[in-house]
Amino acid sequence: MKETKSYKVFKVVNVIILLLVVYITLFPFLNVVAQSFSGRAQIEAGQVTLIPKGFNVLTYKTILHDKTFWTSYRNTIVYTVVATFISIVMTTMFAYVLSKKRLIGRKFFTSLAIFTMFFNGGLIPNYILIKTLGMTNTIWAMVIPGAISIFNMLIMKSFFEGMPEELEEAASIDGSTTYGTLVRIILPLSKPILATMVLFYAVGNWNSWFGAFLYLDKSNMFPVTLYLRNLLAGATSGQSAGATAADDLTQIGANIKAVTMVLTVLPILMVYPFVQKYFVSGIMLGSVKQ
Amino acid sequence: MKQIIEVSKQTQELQVPIITTPKRSVVLKALKKDWQLYSLLVLPIIYLVIFKYIPMIGNIIAFRRFMPGGNIFGEEWVGFRYIQMFIGDATFWHVFKNTLIMSSLTLLVCFPAPIIIALLLNEVQSKKFKKFVQTASYLPHFLSIVIISGMILQLTASNGALNSLIEFFGGKPILFMQDANWFRPIYVGSEAWQTMGWGAILYLAALTNIDESLYEAAKMDGANRWKQTIHITIPGILPTIITLLILNIGSIMAVGFEKVLLLYNPLNYETSDVISTYLYRVGLQSSNFSYATAIGLFESIIGLILVYSTNFLSKKYTDNGLW
Repeated sequence: MKETKSYKVFKVVNVIILLLVVYITLFPFLNVVAQSFSGRAQIEAGQVTLIPKGFNVLTYKTILHDKTFWTSYRNTIVYTVVATFISIVMTTMFAYVLSKKRLIGRKFFTSLAIFTMFFNGGLIPNYILIKTLGMTNTIWAMVIPGAISIFNMLIMKSFFEGMPEELEEAASIDGSTTYGTLVRIILPLSKPILATMVLFYAVGNWNSWFGAFLYLDKSNMFPVTLYLRNLLAGATSGQSAGATAADDLTQIGANIKAVTMVLTVLPILMVYPFVQKYFVSGIMLGSVKQ
Repeated sequence: MKQIIEVSKQTQELQVPIITTPKRSVVLKALKKDWQLYSLLVLPIIYLVIFKYIPMIGNIIAFRRFMPGGNIFGEEWVGFRYIQMFIGDATFWHVFKNTLIMSSLTLLVCFPAPIIIALLLNEVQSKKFKKFVQTASYLPHFLSIVIISGMILQLTASNGALNSLIEFFGGKPILFMQDANWFRPIYVGSEAWQTMGWGAILYLAALTNIDESLYEAAKMDGANRWKQTIHITIPGILPTIITLLILNIGSIMAVGFEKVLLLYNPLNYETSDVISTYLYRVGLQSSNFSYATAIGLFESIIGLILVYSTNFLSKKYTDNGLW
């Protein structure tokens, strides 16, 4: 059947609507980038939308020479790497055991985990716990409390459940221990799910700020998200290391937030096009399986 | 709560914990045979107990006096004192109302948005264009809430892009963040902006599962694309829509705490202050730990009841449920 005329019109309108969606989605990003390269006068006059006006990189230079910024950037990297490593080890162990259907107590342990998705301690009891454990102002407050995401664990569990049992039976006949089978046979076959998990945890850790806000007092321990949050909240002025002239200071004040946002988001933007499909496949695995 | 959606299918096999204790000898045998497997559970279970179950039990300080630095489960019973306190607290009821309004508005706007996006994307023939739109619209999902808030603050600033637009059309600039009337539209709008693209994924997956032959048959019968959408496409994704709707209603008490915390200020507390931000201020800024815990416990219990009852209804009417 031929397409009706109205359907042809619809298709054109549809493309326009979707382009509009893309435009609206990307506008705030482009606006921040444009502001980060613009001059103070043009920003204050509200002239900057998508194209930088009064081109200027003074703020970039200043921030990139700012030690506080780099310290918080390094902190973010350290927290992300350590936390992701811990999470992967813990989640893999948990998911692997729970994927064994013959295991006695499997249902009990799984229910124990799932219940925490529906009911949790809440802000205050968690805060008291971390304080009592003496984890405040240590890296442990950043990397331990979120070690296992039950959601991620369930995705991984369903991946393991999809693996043929014969693999492991063969290995155990050959005298392989459970640990050996897991490390030498299962994990090498689980690279796609491990990649997805690493990304889920890494992006989550890179983006988090509230734990640091609650549990860290020393500014030399702050991750870059908290540095940015304090800047946005006006709690810090953003140490301007190089700038001395008053003119320079007002310029920096005008777009320091935009510059810091760009620099914080840059690593995510750079890897995003390449890793996006792993996220989608992870979500699919969580919903479509079984 | 949103994450639960995606694992819903998996958890179906799990019953609410009805544990039939196996005989002792069976347990011993299993332990002997599978001790290596069980040994892998030790750390995760310790983690769950310390970081999930102890705070859960820690909620008991809603009924006990708590001393900072003292016992994390409190010092002595005080009965329902803190519960009575918030029942008589006008601010509590104010933030309770705000929470309900904000989450209902969010549901109303942010629930249909991804469905519409998915349906529109479904009509796109060019694979490349579809991919391009998807890639662009997923982006906000990957950003820190701090960045999102920073962007919102910048767009709504007195010299920001929104005000430039208003002035371009001859309007007067608006001080968005200082006007309580604007907080809800800004919150809900930015929420839709952030979630619509990513939220479409599950619907797009459901769309690909619709049987092609149904469309062929409809074409034979002379149904145009609009009729096909009404009679095939929408019924095809209806189970997904209903499951997600019920789940969303189940989590209606959960308003984006971190986002509100980052965006709000005393000038717009009137509309922006929600239960979680109020309990944050009461608990961590004024150190009324027990009182804040009582509020938090109330919120969690309502949440739990909502999840259980919506799941019950879902199973009754759609055969779809979390467990």
